[in-house]
Amino acid sequence: MGKNERHVSLKDVEHIALLAHINLSEEEKNSFTKQLNQILDYFGKIDEVDTKDVQPTFNVFEVSNVFREDTPKPSLKSKLALSNAPEKEKGYFKTKRII
Amino acid sequence: MSCREITKLVTLGQLPAVEVVSSVLERISQVEGMVHAFISIVKGEALKRAKEVDKKVKEGKEVGKLAGVPVAIKDNICTSGIRTTCGSHILENYIPPYNATAIDRLLREDAIIIGKTNMDEFAMGSTTENSYFGPTRNPWDLNKVPGGSSGGSAASVSAGEAVLALGSDTGGSVRCPASFCSVVGLKPTYGLVSRYGLISYANSLEQIGPIAKDVYDCALLLSVINGYDPKDSTSIREERTEYISSLEQTAEGMKIGVFQEFFGKGVDVNVSDIVHKSLKRLESIGTSLVDVSLSKLSYSLPAYYIIAMSEASSNLARYDGVRYGFHSEKEAENWKTYYSDTRQKGFGAEVRRRIILGTYALSAGYFNEYYVKALQLRTLIKREFEKAFEMCDVIVSPTMPVLPFDIGEKIDDPISLYLCDIHTVPANLTGMPSISIPCGFSNGLPVGLQFTAPLFREDLILKLGQAFEDSCEISNPSSNL
Repeated sequence: MGKNERHVSLKDVEHIALLAHINLSEEEKNSFTKQLNQILDYFGKIDEVDTKDVQPTFNVFEVSNVFREDTPKPSLKSKLALSNAPEKEKGYFKTKRII
Repeated sequence: MSCREITKLVTLGQLPAVEVVSSVLERISQVEGMVHAFISIVKGEALKRAKEVDKKVKEGKEVGKLAGVPVAIKDNICTSGIRTTCGSHILENYIPPYNATAIDRLLREDAIIIGKTNMDEFAMGSTTENSYFGPTRNPWDLNKVPGGSSGGSAASVSAGEAVLALGSDTGGSVRCPASFCSVVGLKPTYGLVSRYGLISYANSLEQIGPIAKDVYDCALLLSVINGYDPKDSTSIREERTEYISSLEQTAEGMKIGVFQEFFGKGVDVNVSDIVHKSLKRLESIGTSLVDVSLSKLSYSLPAYYIIAMSEASSNLARYDGVRYGFHSEKEAENWKTYYSDTRQKGFGAEVRRRIILGTYALSAGYFNEYYVKALQLRTLIKREFEKAFEMCDVIVSPTMPVLPFDIGEKIDDPISLYLCDIHTVPANLTGMPSISIPCGFSNGLPVGLQFTAPLFREDLILKLGQAFEDSCEISNPSSNL
């Protein structure tokens, strides 16, 4: 894939920022678009290597699904768990309306 | 005074821990205004703990391996009741309700937490300039960066504001500042030290690592913090080698792998000069140099950044301003606007840049092209290192390709900063242990030498490190601060 196809536009950046749930100012949208293109250009270097049929390494020890016995253990008390919350009510975290 | 001297005297009752802590606090009050290694200093708590240790000694009770030793903790490692900010506005007032496992292990050995150290926000950076709390300065030259992201931890040990420190290393974040500040820093084998309570940035790459003035103290700290932990699903059960006793073994006859790729373009001639002298010194202590080839090395940097940013975009999704941390006060009509506004204001530019790039690399249509491809390269790089280790015991390189540079010099050019990590990221991609050891100075600025070993072979880099350190004319030079 060539460099041009990798080019991200200002519109792309707006879309990704939306997916990432991060607002950007107009000025940031411009500077990020420029920087993202430079970085992606550099990342394009990985195309030089043929990786057909190579297994990806997600974790160096290939561990997955580590289970423990299903026995109850002490956990964080609710008051402590809520201690950093900006808004709480009746032992729950409180947030803005979602739907 | 070294950690082992302090512990010895404190245990014997010849030196009160309170005196040790007071003298470190005194040093902090003298130099901290210049260095800015700390985000929080816990003076009262430290003195209280020191008194408890002294009381134990007086009562004839047994004390731990780090009795009375002041330790600085990187501010992305959770400390119960002590503010833990991750260098970020979004966690500016976060007080963890629990300790990281590494902290529990330190306290069990009667170490004394002296403060929480400055860092690049969420460990994203190589200079400590990305901190919400302002940059840390290099104790060797206050106009230079201390390296990063554990810049505060390395600077605090270098400046005598702590005896030991914990950092975290995702792509070199312990070794880079160790090199820039002329101290010893080690990234353990992935899974050796529990990540429970380490605030995640790129979870498949990072490890908590020890920082100390010399190899012995570094090995001692490693021997305390490592161990299997059921609270971390990636913690490994394998039996550990003996770190302290390995220091007494001879390094004679060791085969040291050198590869030309490490000395290629991009390495400052001032750095390569000193590293070449160090190679001669390695030969003079009875090791032999072997040429090895790592042709895929140059791909480790883009592969590393793609993986790290992808993992970051997922790990940092939790910062929503609801359960903890900064939250936007702006009137928002719904959850989504509130969440997005909180994250715009709470995260600094580099963190947002990496989350956005990571989101892009994981998004539909690009997942295979970037993320999976980078993971496949990781496999190839790992294989190349495994093959190289058939020829040698340890691989040597400069830790950083450049000398510490000016504060502000590179911060607006992300790519030029990323390139500085070329020598450190392979150990994170492959999971292998790696250490940075001071090897000299150029124009008054420190240069670090890096040794990397196969998985679980911390003993090899520690014993070689000890032999190398012993061969230096002046060990532990101090800055003029």
